[in-house]
Amino acid sequence: MTQATIDATIARGAAQGVARRGGRGVKPKLGRDDWIMRSAMVLIAAFLVVALVLPLYTMLSKSVQDKAGEFIGLTNYAQYFGTPALFASIYNSLFVAVISTVVTISLAFFYAYALTRSCMPGRSLFRGIALIPILAPSLLPGISLVYLFGNQGMLKELLFGHSIYGPIGIVMASVFFTFPHALMILVTALSISDARLYEAATALRASRMRIFFTVTLPAAKYGLISAAFVVFTLVITDFGVPKVIGGQYDVLATDIYKQVIGQQNFEMGAVVSVVLLIPAVIAFIVDRIIQRRQVAQLSARAVPLEPKPSRRFDATMLAFCAVVGFLIVGILGVAMFASLITYWPYDLSLSFRNYRFDLMDGGGWESYWNSIEMASWAALIGTAVIFCGAYFVEKGRGFAAGRVLFQLLAILPLAVPGLVLGLAYIFFFNKPTNPFNFLYGTMAILVISTIVHFYTVSHLTAVTALKQMDPEFEAVSASLKAPFYKTFWRVTVPVCMPAILDISIYLFVNAMTTVSAVVFLYSADTTLASVAVLNMDDAGDIAPAAAMAMMIVYTSAAVRLVHALATRGLARRTQAWRRR
Amino acid sequence: MTMTTMNPPQTDDLSGAGYLRIENLSKMFGVFAALKSISLEIREGEFVCFLGPSGCGKTTLLRAIAGLDIQTNGSIFQAGRDISRLPPSERDFGIVFQSYALFPNLTVSKNIAYGLESRRMPRAAIAARVMELLQLVGLPDSGEKYPSQLSGGQQQRVALARALATSPGLLLLDEPLSALDARVRVHLRHEIKHLQRRLGITTIMVTHDQEEALTMADRIVVMNHGVIEQVGTATEIYRDPASAFVADFIGTMNFLPGVVTRPGRVAFGGVELDCAGGVNGFAAGTPVTIAVRPEDVSIRNIDGSKSNSFAAQILEMEFLGSFYRGTLIAAGTPADAAGETLTADFSINAVRDLGLADGMSLSIAFPPDCIRVFERQ
Repeated sequence: MTQATIDATIARGAAQGVARRGGRGVKPKLGRDDWIMRSAMVLIAAFLVVALVLPLYTMLSKSVQDKAGEFIGLTNYAQYFGTPALFASIYNSLFVAVISTVVTISLAFFYAYALTRSCMPGRSLFRGIALIPILAPSLLPGISLVYLFGNQGMLKELLFGHSIYGPIGIVMASVFFTFPHALMILVTALSISDARLYEAATALRASRMRIFFTVTLPAAKYGLISAAFVVFTLVITDFGVPKVIGGQYDVLATDIYKQVIGQQNFEMGAVVSVVLLIPAVIAFIVDRIIQRRQVAQLSARAVPLEPKPSRRFDATMLAFCAVVGFLIVGILGVAMFASLITYWPYDLSLSFRNYRFDLMDGGGWESYWNSIEMASWAALIGTAVIFCGAYFVEKGRGFAAGRVLFQLLAILPLAVPGLVLGLAYIFFFNKPTNPFNFLYGTMAILVISTIVHFYTVSHLTAVTALKQMDPEFEAVSASLKAPFYKTFWRVTVPVCMPAILDISIYLFVNAMTTVSAVVFLYSADTTLASVAVLNMDDAGDIAPAAAMAMMIVYTSAAVRLVHALATRGLARRTQAWRRR
Repeated sequence: MTMTTMNPPQTDDLSGAGYLRIENLSKMFGVFAALKSISLEIREGEFVCFLGPSGCGKTTLLRAIAGLDIQTNGSIFQAGRDISRLPPSERDFGIVFQSYALFPNLTVSKNIAYGLESRRMPRAAIAARVMELLQLVGLPDSGEKYPSQLSGGQQQRVALARALATSPGLLLLDEPLSALDARVRVHLRHEIKHLQRRLGITTIMVTHDQEEALTMADRIVVMNHGVIEQVGTATEIYRDPASAFVADFIGTMNFLPGVVTRPGRVAFGGVELDCAGGVNGFAAGTPVTIAVRPEDVSIRNIDGSKSNSFAAQILEMEFLGSFYRGTLIAAGTPADAAGETLTADFSINAVRDLGLADGMSLSIAFPPDCIRVFERQ
């Protein structure tokens, strides 16, 4: 074909093509893969709508209704703000959340700094110690503090007459259980640093102090803000700590519980939930905006910073970490000790008497096994659903509007406090007219609420792992006529296996330790270990409560250990391709 | 050229039509038009390069052909079949990406066998075909290795083998050599070209590297801002650029201001130049741009009587290894027009024989058949 015929062809195509197709857009034909992927994604989205959006909506409408279900506008809110005893909790909640945030972030920042920027010995040990609180329910530090500083506490004098029951106790326990969350974010923020910036600053003869303020802090800025919001949200929405050690100091989370469980005033519970939702949603939005800005802080050409030994600095950092580490281990140790003492403070002999849960209220050993069952289901089903959802949204073709909507649904749970979710479930699933009413009071609703409650972090973990995969894998396999599920099984899942295991362990441990959502949802047949801790503590059986809390810690730790070993074994067997 | 009889031609005359036919293809990203009514035909067994600067739409066009990003308007026919709306899995092509996109957890053999397994071939046949392909791309002993154990060039060969395994009718290469070292790149260029000739597979390669396009392609499609600027062989595009853009993008080109004086002649500074190729249809008095390649500027055996010659001065000479590139200015050019310099390439011989040096004055000439005339921008 000569140039002339090509030109002629172009002209001919132009003449005829326009006549036949011009103006109207091309409507892509959907392949079988597209149909399956979209249907599956819609299905998961429908799950999130039923298990998150509709219950929240029901709760919001409940807050503007009276007991008979009639719409009464903002009357409930007026009543709430007209009752000083109620809205004083807003101030209390904000107060303890802000103080806890400041303390946690300060401690966690220097701890993270020591882990990433010093050459002190035992860094991996200290990292491990700092993560211990994740394994425990937030009730545990509360119980330990009662043993340390309570009315019969070992170190009661150290408080100089102040009571541990109240803001002091809440702040101390909150710092304990939020510390690892802040630490993980800050370690990440401080690990991504460009050595060349430090070399440049040193070459310009900046002092260590000046480098810290002009290079280190600005680089860690987003991490700091993000960690602060995470801690703030955790504290303000936490229910376990103020329940155990708050005494007469009312906060929003305990108010919801009291309104609903104590006074059966569901409408007022809904109003407090909405009030609690506001700071959580604000923190959530700010955090989202910051996360978006943080992208690409580190260029691909950056040189990772290797800390250099410095005797005085390393010693200072070691001393600091030793103190913090001692406090963390100490609080855990107290709970462990408390669970083994026969009858504090009269009979100090050690025994397993407190582990005979069947003699106490709270569901006995049954509740422990229920927790194991619930956590296993949540890890199994949750991981499958969440990873598949992330896969469809990340790797699907077209359907942009649907995917954006799905992302939104997947991020939303992070903004919803567990207590609020639990209460919303009561409103939604307890209605006899609801077709899903059969779920109420079953193990299934506990599993569902847990999956939804911890959906977002798992989803983001999955998305991050999927984003690291070559975006052209799907294109290549389509060109090779391989259905998407074949590539999903043979490539995506194996490559993402570390992330998948991370998600499952995250779901399992959180299902073991969570109290907030499930405290409204368990039934006589489905009591849980974490709820048992709460109820035994409520009944004054503090030692058995400590024992059950320790059972949760042992279980979480054991599962973590198995996970670590499994990951290592798996890495050796199936991830051989990672090694060169 | 074969047309399947199952799908009768939809246009009246397709007797000389190509294997792949693109008609009035447009692609919009929001309000941005990435492709503007592209029409193109590619013959069976042809190696075509889409060449252009980044953002010109070449990759968008490739992805539309693959069905990965379906066009907003227009149609695509492959072997007479309308594939415009089809998802990638229902089209017939193999694709190689810049990133190789090899499945990292599968061995080289498993990667190559991936597409074969989907067709339910017997295991022995798959193994034989994989071996054949490994031989073809020169990696007979690497079957059991993982992609990360191979060099970039080797990985790209595996990607090529995987794309060819199912014997697709069309091979799409999306900047396949861009991630490789210069030396490996030149080597692979030849290999891919030979392989393509041997298999006779219709191939489209997207590249921004003109050298790659010039050495590999049977035909080059030069694109810019979502339109095709020119389609032609390497020599056609180099010797006879259809637009100032093509002239500028391919090779090096002097662009000088001129004015058409009469048919076939333009004035540049004080000289009137004879243009063998005509003046592109511009009327006398029209300001135009004169284009001359640096290697076409002649400096030997020129006296004042030779046509198209004029005096110039060498401002600067740059040593480029096998030749010198000189920056020159025509004699009598006012000092304030210092920007209007031109470049000329001098062979090492010429520099030695004529004793060329900075600041030297000499006579130069633009051979009449080496001058192109374009619209003044």
